[in-house]
Amino acid sequence: MIDRDEVLHVARLARLALSEEEIETMARELSAVLDHVARIAELDLSNTPPTSHVVELTGALRPDVPRPCLPRELALAQAPSVADGGFLVPSPQA
Amino acid sequence: MSDAELLALSAAGALAAIAAGELAGGEVFDAYLKRARGDHEAGVDGLNCFTWVARGPADDGSSERGDSPALAGLPLAVKDLFCTEGVPSQSGSRILEGYLPPYTATAVSRLTAAGAGLLAKTNQDEFAMGSSNENSAFGPVLNPWDRERVPGGSSGGSAAAVAAGLAPWALGTDTGGSIRQPAALCGIVGMKPTYGLVSRYGMIAFASSLDQAGPLTRDVTDAALLLSHMVGQDPCDATSLASPEPIRTPFGESLAGVRLGVPDELTGEGIEAGVMESFNGALDSARELGAEVERVKLPHAPHALSAYYVLAPAECSSNLARYDGVRYGLRAEAADDLLQMYTRTRHDGFGAEVRRRIMLGTYALSSGYYDAYYGRAQRVRTKIAEDFRHVFGGVDFVVTPTSPTVAFKLGERTADPLSMYYSDYCTVPMSLAGIPALSMPCGLSEGLPVGFQISGPAFSENRLLDAARALERALAFDGGAARV
Repeated sequence: MIDRDEVLHVARLARLALSEEEIETMARELSAVLDHVARIAELDLSNTPPTSHVVELTGALRPDVPRPCLPRELALAQAPSVADGGFLVPSPQA
Repeated sequence: MSDAELLALSAAGALAAIAAGELAGGEVFDAYLKRARGDHEAGVDGLNCFTWVARGPADDGSSERGDSPALAGLPLAVKDLFCTEGVPSQSGSRILEGYLPPYTATAVSRLTAAGAGLLAKTNQDEFAMGSSNENSAFGPVLNPWDRERVPGGSSGGSAAAVAAGLAPWALGTDTGGSIRQPAALCGIVGMKPTYGLVSRYGMIAFASSLDQAGPLTRDVTDAALLLSHMVGQDPCDATSLASPEPIRTPFGESLAGVRLGVPDELTGEGIEAGVMESFNGALDSARELGAEVERVKLPHAPHALSAYYVLAPAECSSNLARYDGVRYGLRAEAADDLLQMYTRTRHDGFGAEVRRRIMLGTYALSSGYYDAYYGRAQRVRTKIAEDFRHVFGGVDFVVTPTSPTVAFKLGERTADPLSMYYSDYCTVPMSLAGIPALSMPCGLSEGLPVGFQISGPAFSENRLLDAARALERALAFDGGAARV
């Protein structure tokens, strides 16, 4: 069972604001899903390695050849706020 | 050729008519453009399949046409989450409202290079998280078989558009069933290829170890044709692989000597009676075509959903960390400082299901819980892949119903996340194993389509499409009733 404090802790890690009402709902719904998911604890997995990738894959690296990168004006074109050729954001300290 | 005759053609049929000089590629584009625009402009009176529709053939975003236009200008509908240069690509999310990418996804640019024209972007569950298309910031898509029901998800707009004849074919993506389940609920063909066969470059990411692009089409031949122009290694996606052989036109007529395995775990409790009846009817047809049908066991399949709902949210929480209101998309106004700007932007921009999965994934990856959840889920994934490998030692394909139920009513499962997650019960095991799987219509139950799922070992696409084509001929499903 996930309690209110745990919800707030995880929301802080996820950089997600939640309203009072949403905290309650989230606690209830996360608990329900985690109860279901916890069934995998019944399995004996002691000699089973974790999957890191589903298909055999070797030599995935491409040659390290310089290519043109995204032009600055294109990179900034979709930003909510820009200044002096960069992304403008609120100050980290109020 | 009249519009009705044109609409009755599959994509391959239209290409044959173009080759025979009976039709021009531009005519096909124009006919579908009129239909797609009609649905888009109808608003709440339409099916709400699209988030963007081309204004004309010149507006198709495909400036780089190949020399040999194999697809002859045929129109293509593309799921919203594929980046298309200069065309809105919003992944069904408020946080990406109005986003115009500076580049095009490889799967799309390969198809436009082969001569396809971008017709429309299709509605979807937000960031592909959902099984009903009810989680879209652009509103739900309606099922053309019954407008009070969902089309499935997350590629719901693509599936409904193809079923309704608003596009001849469409691109979707499948993470845990997001191509196959909506294809099943809308009575069309949908295929998730082997993981890595199609580049993920330019697909707005949900769960990177599972996401895979694939075709949604009227029939098996069209699925093979569309897929054949999508596959191939891409220097921009290190997990993409060279296809061991080209995808070719399926020519299956018989299933003689083909062994089909029916897993006990995915054909028992929880599957609707009408769905089982239709599925068993398709098995009888397969036997008549010469297939041997036997029971098999996938002992860990019942745990697939649990593992999936750890792994997919974990990867989603990491992938969606990029939406911070800085570089693109929504930014919440009037924040006091940077942290508040982040947290408010993410609260306002993400819908309820996406927030839930981000929280679930962040929890599963957080200090003290990683081994119990993520670590264990990755081991369950190994077990599931081993189960399939073992079964494929004795049979050629594993077959199941695609979805435990036919299309359900709008709103029926939104209040209970677990009941919604259960929609993917039969499709998630193949996703976790990274193997190809195709859903094809096998009949109706209560007037609604039922999907038949065929899956095979990694890279068995050609054999799988041959078998599906043979079965399709025998079943002779007619989806014409859904075309509006």
